[in-house]
Amino acid sequence: MPEVIQSKPKEKKNIKIVKDATCTFCGCVCDDMELTVDLDEHRITKAKNACVLGRAWFYEHVLEDRPVVLIDGKEATLEEGMDTAAQILVDAKFPITYGLSDCTCEAQRVAVDIMDTINGNVDTTTSVCHGPSGMAFQGVGESTATLGEIRNRADLVIYWGGNPAESHPRHFTRYAVTPKGMYIPNGKKDRTVVLVDVRKTSSTPVADIFVQVKPGKDFEVLWALRALVKGKRISKDIEEQTGVSREMLDDLVYRMKNCQYGVLFLGMGLTMTRGRHFNSGAVYSLAADLNEFTHFVAKPVRGHGNVTGADNVVSWQTGYPFGVNFNRGYPRFNPGEFTTSDVLARGETDAAMIIASDPASNFSRRAIEHLAKIPVITMDTKETHTTKISKVRFAVATYGINTGGTVYRMDDVPISLRPAFDSPFPTDQEVLEGIRQRVKRLLTGSKARTAF
Amino acid sequence: MPSELKIVNGRVYDPANHINGDVQDICVRDGKIVDSVSKSVTKIDAHGMVVMPGAIDIHCHIAGPKVNLARKLMPEDHRLDVHPKTAVTRSGTGGIVPSTFATGYRYATMGYTTAMEAAVPPITARHVLEELDDTPVIDKGFYVLLGNNAFLYKLLKEGRKNEFKEAIAWWVNSVHAYTVKLVNTGSDELWKGRKNANITDVNESIDHYDITPVHVMESFIEAAHELGLPHPPHIHCNNLGHSGNISTTLDTMKAAQGRRVHMAHIQFHSFGGELNKNPVSGAREIIDYINDHENITADVGQVMFGKATAMTADAPLAWMLRNVKFDKWVNADTECESGCGIIPFSYQESIYTHTLQWAMGLELFLMSKDPWRVLLSTDHPNGGSFMNYPKLIKLLMDSAYRKEALKHLNQKAVDKTVLLELDREYTLNEIAIITRAGPARALGLMNKGHLGVGADADITVYTEEDDKEKMFNAPRYVIKDGITVINDHEFATDHKGKILHSKPGYNEEIAAEIEPFFEDYYSVRFSNYAISDDYLHDHEEIPTHPKS
Amino acid sequence: MILVPGRSQKQGTSLNKGKLKDEYLTVTTTAEMNESDMQRMKLVNGDKIQLKSDVGQAVVTCKSKKKEDLPAGMIFIPYGPSSSQLMASDTAASGMPMSKHMEVIVTKV
Repeated sequence: MPEVIQSKPKEKKNIKIVKDATCTFCGCVCDDMELTVDLDEHRITKAKNACVLGRAWFYEHVLEDRPVVLIDGKEATLEEGMDTAAQILVDAKFPITYGLSDCTCEAQRVAVDIMDTINGNVDTTTSVCHGPSGMAFQGVGESTATLGEIRNRADLVIYWGGNPAESHPRHFTRYAVTPKGMYIPNGKKDRTVVLVDVRKTSSTPVADIFVQVKPGKDFEVLWALRALVKGKRISKDIEEQTGVSREMLDDLVYRMKNCQYGVLFLGMGLTMTRGRHFNSGAVYSLAADLNEFTHFVAKPVRGHGNVTGADNVVSWQTGYPFGVNFNRGYPRFNPGEFTTSDVLARGETDAAMIIASDPASNFSRRAIEHLAKIPVITMDTKETHTTKISKVRFAVATYGINTGGTVYRMDDVPISLRPAFDSPFPTDQEVLEGIRQRVKRLLTGSKARTAF
Repeated sequence: MPSELKIVNGRVYDPANHINGDVQDICVRDGKIVDSVSKSVTKIDAHGMVVMPGAIDIHCHIAGPKVNLARKLMPEDHRLDVHPKTAVTRSGTGGIVPSTFATGYRYATMGYTTAMEAAVPPITARHVLEELDDTPVIDKGFYVLLGNNAFLYKLLKEGRKNEFKEAIAWWVNSVHAYTVKLVNTGSDELWKGRKNANITDVNESIDHYDITPVHVMESFIEAAHELGLPHPPHIHCNNLGHSGNISTTLDTMKAAQGRRVHMAHIQFHSFGGELNKNPVSGAREIIDYINDHENITADVGQVMFGKATAMTADAPLAWMLRNVKFDKWVNADTECESGCGIIPFSYQESIYTHTLQWAMGLELFLMSKDPWRVLLSTDHPNGGSFMNYPKLIKLLMDSAYRKEALKHLNQKAVDKTVLLELDREYTLNEIAIITRAGPARALGLMNKGHLGVGADADITVYTEEDDKEKMFNAPRYVIKDGITVINDHEFATDHKGKILHSKPGYNEEIAAEIEPFFEDYYSVRFSNYAISDDYLHDHEEIPTHPKS
Repeated sequence: MILVPGRSQKQGTSLNKGKLKDEYLTVTTTAEMNESDMQRMKLVNGDKIQLKSDVGQAVVTCKSKKKEDLPAGMIFIPYGPSSSQLMASDTAASGMPMSKHMEVIVTKV
């Protein structure tokens, strides 16, 4: 498909080149895209430097012919949509917002403000992604680095429970494995790459060493490594328990203690499985311990384009990274209580504003069933299972393709977007600002929700 | 329609204009102090009250990646100190590292109307500007960390002084910084590149660069002088927290060679004694040098008992603390630019070093001969929260209170100081200098820190009390940009402050020198690095005074 | 058997076209199984199998993988509506449902 599109544009066409544009599909947030934009057809015809996921992101986000707003499936104006949405949120006893990882920080800031105003609940896709790593961070901290530092210095690169070849294709080639860096003059030749997973994946061929762990036994392997790093004894049947031999563990420990600059990248293979935040905490602790011997960092490989921005925005506005509740007029944090998956599965919420995510497709069945019962407001660039069940559905412009704004790469580096072409659809930020204004108007006077 | 206000009958402390407690009226129009206003103007009757310019924090850590990591790190601390919303203000959480909204409001509730974030790696400055935009009421700016910058080191190694100066100006402009900040100069390369090593001597050679920290600091001081930055290089010296670090601190001050320099949180750099042994107070040596050298300004970085958070670009320091107190620890390396360490901390009365530090800070204040140059800070949150300022003011103004407090501390440490012999009590005028007029002068903020005609109408009105902690804890009125934000102790309206930044002139050809370095060693594109003016929102460019 | 849902490039590229489009639906209803498990259950590529967990069930198409790539007893499927059907809602107070490592019973349809 890309081959066809890449045919040389005819001169009469209205073509624009956008250099150093940013791909917001995954957490790599690569900012070196060179986009060829057909301004007549309103589409990107070439995305130089993009990976297979990035190309799909840029080529498939065309302007679809569909209404900006649907209320109960019927076409409506933007104003009617924002009026109805504001009324739903104000009428609700326990309104929630969820998603936020595929929109700009500017939009995220408005969404949190709305929930603060109506004493609602804010949660982002972090809670079902690296939320457990966020909890581990609160427990033990983290030694970490920006991706450029890893490019410049890391001579030992370990991926644990992730498959970047499929999920973050340029993680290897732009940041952590193949590129040459300041003290890594020969690129991959100067690094040792280790991959730890329960199965062989398309990432495995990149690794110099592949370590296969029995499913659900990551914590045991990590804890054994911590013990060995500290010179403690470990159980003789470690291989039987975990599938990893003592020789392999000793070799890893030797490499980790003797490298110049080591990094442990952790994937959702750790956070979504048995152990969850304990697994992430074990990785962070192992990396911290190793600093007694050398320099060592760890880093979650975050998923969506701006999920890291969502963590940052929610943290600076409330003090907590996700799962935040404003019912009492101030932020409270409690994963399991205020995280969306739980709030929905327990049937507690009576209105939901879902921004740029699709819980109706990827949450548990019980959560989805409740979502279908309550009024849902959605903002998305495409039709999804969630937009299908929504009461008010806004079709919005695509961030990074049609809109500017700020996104944070997985290593907390903020980047400004360069839009390629205009969209007739409003941005998330514009819709949210409209809703915020209406909500505040509806709540003036006696209805103002202060504490309790 | 002009908005006008008149504050009448108050006792005014405006040291920059030599007004020392005289009863005077202050007139305000459109956010500025003016000579007179119309007769029908809204009046605040400040009878029995003290009127001062809004206070200015010259050194704190309130926004950006390290601050946000510290927020995320301590849910347990936020939980104990919630910050409910009001009809006009946003909610948030407090504790030792408050959320952005709580930070702005809480500064305001103590009469602070300006605060400077003291350490920002340039690649993350966008984040800082976003957070500062969500930090209400106060004006704010930030100092950009350039003291461990790989590209600038390369220029120094090659002896290209002019390009070095141009590149500094490019960086300050590109990220909208106020001035440059140097932290533990030279240490990043050893920390990241030599298995967590640290610089121990400012005259040792930095790996790979054949330059010494002293040479780097001298070069920055000279370049900033030539560029005429409103505030000189803001320096966090090497060897922070190590016994005997006064020699390093003195060497650093000498490197200024008579040029302006600001020494950050000097209490942490005034340790006498021998390395790896218990420290003793070196406050006398440090303050004597500062007293004798008018080119130097400093903030004290007072330690206050209770919760703190070590939050610093000095990664080896945080690692040292981590190995004292095996608590959760954050390290964050920033490519080519900086390091960072965070660790929750608390200062305890019974611990020798903590008491010594507390006493050293007070010694520095009480032996200072020039309040214009030795300024109030706790290096928030490193020495304690900015919320401790009223208590610190009381410690300075009330020697009986101070001596009573001393009784409850580690006496071995108290004996190592001269604090018991110091009877000095700061006057209200001196407090107005170390919290208002002095920081404004050190920062080159001509329109702040005083109440003369043309100044920004950032004004605080306190009910006069004998208990100075109580007095400074809760101003009756806080006026920001001429708007009464706090009216009779309550928030009357929300307000957005502005960003303060400087734009030193430079030759744009320097960009072509920097760009290839980015291609080789940065993970973002050069063209995406500089920050657009959109992030400034309301802002004010503070003029530079170039020398050439 | 143990089901491990995860990401794949095809899942990623197809979701850009739209989650309600055929390609995404095909990708997210194709499960990879170890070849020896398939032999044992008399399955060939393209056969439909039913996956059943404590909370739900889903019918998907199976596809073989060499035993050195995918251990016996394990099934891989790209994230999507099918994997959600099988996922329990309990998060053990973490906010995160057990999204990988689900125990399922496999039967030929």
